[in-house]
Amino acid sequence: MNKLTLWFHKLGSPEYFYRFAGRWAPWAGWSFALLTVIGLYLGMFKAPPDYQQGESYRIIFIHVPSAWMSMFIYVAMSAAGFVGLVWRIKVAEIMAMASAPIGAAFTLVTLVTGAFWGKPMWGAYWVWDARLTSELILLFIYLGIIGLYQAIEDRRTAARAASLLALVGLVNIPIIHFSVEWWTTLHQGSTVNLMGESSMHPSMLWPLLIMAVATKLYYVMNVLQRARNMILELESNKSWAKTVLQPAEASR
Amino acid sequence: MTPTRKRRLYAALAVTIGVGVAVGLTVMALRDNMLFFFSPTEVHAGEVPEGSNFRLGGMVVDGSVTRTPGSLKVRFDLTDHGQTVPVEYEGILPDLFREGQGIIAMGSLNKDSVFVASEVLAKHDETYMPPEVADALKAVHPEGYNSENYGDDKKDTPDGT
Repeated sequence: MNKLTLWFHKLGSPEYFYRFAGRWAPWAGWSFALLTVIGLYLGMFKAPPDYQQGESYRIIFIHVPSAWMSMFIYVAMSAAGFVGLVWRIKVAEIMAMASAPIGAAFTLVTLVTGAFWGKPMWGAYWVWDARLTSELILLFIYLGIIGLYQAIEDRRTAARAASLLALVGLVNIPIIHFSVEWWTTLHQGSTVNLMGESSMHPSMLWPLLIMAVATKLYYVMNVLQRARNMILELESNKSWAKTVLQPAEASR
Repeated sequence: MTPTRKRRLYAALAVTIGVGVAVGLTVMALRDNMLFFFSPTEVHAGEVPEGSNFRLGGMVVDGSVTRTPGSLKVRFDLTDHGQTVPVEYEGILPDLFREGQGIIAMGSLNKDSVFVASEVLAKHDETYMPPEVADALKAVHPEGYNSENYGDDKKDTPDGT
């Protein structure tokens, strides 16, 4: 076994993962805070106003990174859920379930900021076009996953059932992404393209990309913290967890 | 991989791919019904049933906007650079409404083939740039810079860029 596979196997151990997450979550948190301050400062004060939308376009620096995260987290959650379903790895199940509330929150932020943007620009808070509707469905899928996980008493059965639901809902992700290309929508097409040129001036693109990295770090920080708590709860009768919970008593 | 894990792996893959194919086929079948708006060319081709409500998307023709003084009535032409449809609307227009701008109007055709709109939404494009850059581009392409697209088969760049 090479070093990477060995490390990966180690990460499957709840105790090792607990310590690993505890070490990295603060780093992710502080870099998130730093990048958000830089990104928002550049976006809100340094970036020039848009030639058509004026100052109102600045909501893009919140809206677009959140929208990306709503889909990114869903894919990450499904991948973890898939590993949990096939290999029955506790940590993978927990990572999937810890991701769901964060993804749901980003989806909600996307929908709300989009509505605030839509009113002045389009003339409506909400329209039932393919992009907006599929993003709303994403929120419902997230809520369904969270609800199913909470409805089942046994934590591990619950995680597996909810992971299966996550895999079923995975089909919505390409629909959200391609909705603006497949159908005529009120929502505009993609501005930032991974391959090829982005139709955005660099002075506006950089703050957006910084915010995209910042939101990812926020997710890392949040998911690791949540996973730590969930692991402690799940393993509370194991001796290592008792040592963590009551260090004084265990050493006595 | 143990046989149990292999079985689970196939089951999980089957669920994911199965749902994907099922939804994919449904979406393909419903594709024409999920259009948010029709283009003026489609209206002229008679693809829209007469008297029914629908959304019309296009670009406001330069110099076509006329307002009735003392009221909120406005009249303009919508084009997709193939066909043009005249539109009547009474109400407050969104901030982005201007000549050369892509908009979507909700309403129906009357007997004189005029589209009477009950709601007008502005469609903004995916291009973001500072005003100075826009001015510089305008100087190079005097007919106006625009990268709107109306429907998948009619990607138009009016100035040929």
